[in-house]
Amino acid sequence: MSSTSQTNTSVRAGSGRRISLAAMCRARAVAEIKAFLRQKESVVFTLAFPVIMLVLFGTIFGSNKADGGINFATYFVPGMIGAGILASSFQTLAIQIPIERDDGLLKRLRGTPMPKAAYFIGKVAMVLFVMLLEIILLTVVGMIMFGLKLPVDANHWLVLIALVLLGTTTLTLLGIAFSSLPRTGSSAPALVTPIALVLQFISGVFFPFYQLPTWLQEVAAIFPLKWLTQGLRYAFLPDAAKGNEPAGAWELGKVFGMLGLWAVIGMVLCLLTFRWRSSNDG
Amino acid sequence: MPIPDTSEQSGTISAMTQAVQVSGLRKTYTTKKVTTAAVDGVDLSINTGEIFALLGPNGAGKSTTVEILEGYRHRDAGEVSVLGEDPQTAGTRWRERIGIVLQNTKDLSLLTVRESLRTFSYYYPNARGADELMELVGLSGKADAKLTALSGGQRRRMDVALGIIGRPELLFLDEPTTGFDPEARRQFWDLIRQLRADGTTILLTTHYLDEAEALADRVGVINAGKVIEVNTPDRLGGRHGAEATVRYRDPSGELVSIGTNTPTETVRELMQRFDNAEIPELTVARPSLEDVYLKMIGVPAA
Repeated sequence: MSSTSQTNTSVRAGSGRRISLAAMCRARAVAEIKAFLRQKESVVFTLAFPVIMLVLFGTIFGSNKADGGINFATYFVPGMIGAGILASSFQTLAIQIPIERDDGLLKRLRGTPMPKAAYFIGKVAMVLFVMLLEIILLTVVGMIMFGLKLPVDANHWLVLIALVLLGTTTLTLLGIAFSSLPRTGSSAPALVTPIALVLQFISGVFFPFYQLPTWLQEVAAIFPLKWLTQGLRYAFLPDAAKGNEPAGAWELGKVFGMLGLWAVIGMVLCLLTFRWRSSNDG
Repeated sequence: MPIPDTSEQSGTISAMTQAVQVSGLRKTYTTKKVTTAAVDGVDLSINTGEIFALLGPNGAGKSTTVEILEGYRHRDAGEVSVLGEDPQTAGTRWRERIGIVLQNTKDLSLLTVRESLRTFSYYYPNARGADELMELVGLSGKADAKLTALSGGQRRRMDVALGIIGRPELLFLDEPTTGFDPEARRQFWDLIRQLRADGTTILLTTHYLDEAEALADRVGVINAGKVIEVNTPDRLGGRHGAEATVRYRDPSGELVSIGTNTPTETVRELMQRFDNAEIPELTVARPSLEDVYLKMIGVPAA
């Protein structure tokens, strides 16, 4: 066996050692994270925006008291973490993927032997990276400025971790599914941002959820963000704060149930609607 | 009298020497309830190891045909074999053996040349190294430049680098030199010839007839969804036998053009008329590839 030859012609396509899916996914993850960090707009809007909003709202409404003897400011932090998860998963992907479809990256990738899964796993890795950074940022700011306390026991920690994982999965799938809607990359932010903003306003991110009219609470209860923020309030706030929830209880079963349901919906939509080509491309 | 059927056997043999085989290819699009055939019965075969140029005006069905061969589009009818497989059903092993250079790319803008090459090298077994690729396409020294910082020509070379990273047996080049300056095009042509010398089959689509003439072993002209002729560049459209044009300036100062099938005879007569002296501004020309091409697709000669 002669494997010492170094000339170009002696080595043909596909003749070498196959590269594992894990290695391909790692390569995609590295490329995704690098690209994210180099885009100043995404760093500012995705990472910094929720922090700025937290500081603003916490400062303006901070001294008002909510049920359970906590400040509004403290009440806001878990909601803002929910908004951070929404921003780093749903918003990032629903804006980024249409741009990549438009500029030809998706078409280029489809023309290579890269398994489709590697693209999505790379995206998920980027989302997890950004989201972790975001959660840490918001938690630290919440603790320093607004009296937030870390989850009190193992049970609350467990719920927090499970919620972050399920919430990210759900919102990632929904972001990928939503990415097929904008006709062009440049129209994506105009379509995605208002939806995210409205969801945030009605899901207990910028306003205490209990201050909303009942019908609006019911509308919000259809969508996943309301349940994510509710679960996060359980994880971070003292148990007495459950008096602020519409049911007067944390309803963790419903929280996980609704997020799970939306994960299934997102998955089905992804499989049915995902496009690798721009609609302008013939 | 029954004729023994040998078609199946010969089909197998030719599939081994032909990188691409297409027969009766059809693709229709329906927009606003009007169905039009973009590709209307294309037959084509590309030999292993040759550079084949596909020419045709915009909207002739060129891109659709190529995208079907690349596995991007599904056909409505016809037989297609690319490296022995049907692109519509072929999997990753087949994709490892082809390389695609698309037109109008503007992706990967946030990564550097080296980072992009590294990332793509993970998709292929036996990928070329980043340094080798940069050397091959002439991007050495640009390793750490972001793709947005490259000129149009450099950006195109990057696309080619990504197209050949997996050492493809068959390379699709879609209008590779658009926006190149003349020097860059010559360098690019050398690269393409080098790839052919290494045994790569190349399907080139281009709007530059001189490029097709310089590179292609054979050219195919596609118009209105059909291949109207496949030939070597020097014989396309009966070019080698076409009427030559003898042109000179006569003593009255007028530029004279004579169309003739016997240009040698015409020149001999002229030499006699000018007493074997220099014939002013004499040229003898056959129609260029562009002339015959324009005639073939129905554009009247200028």
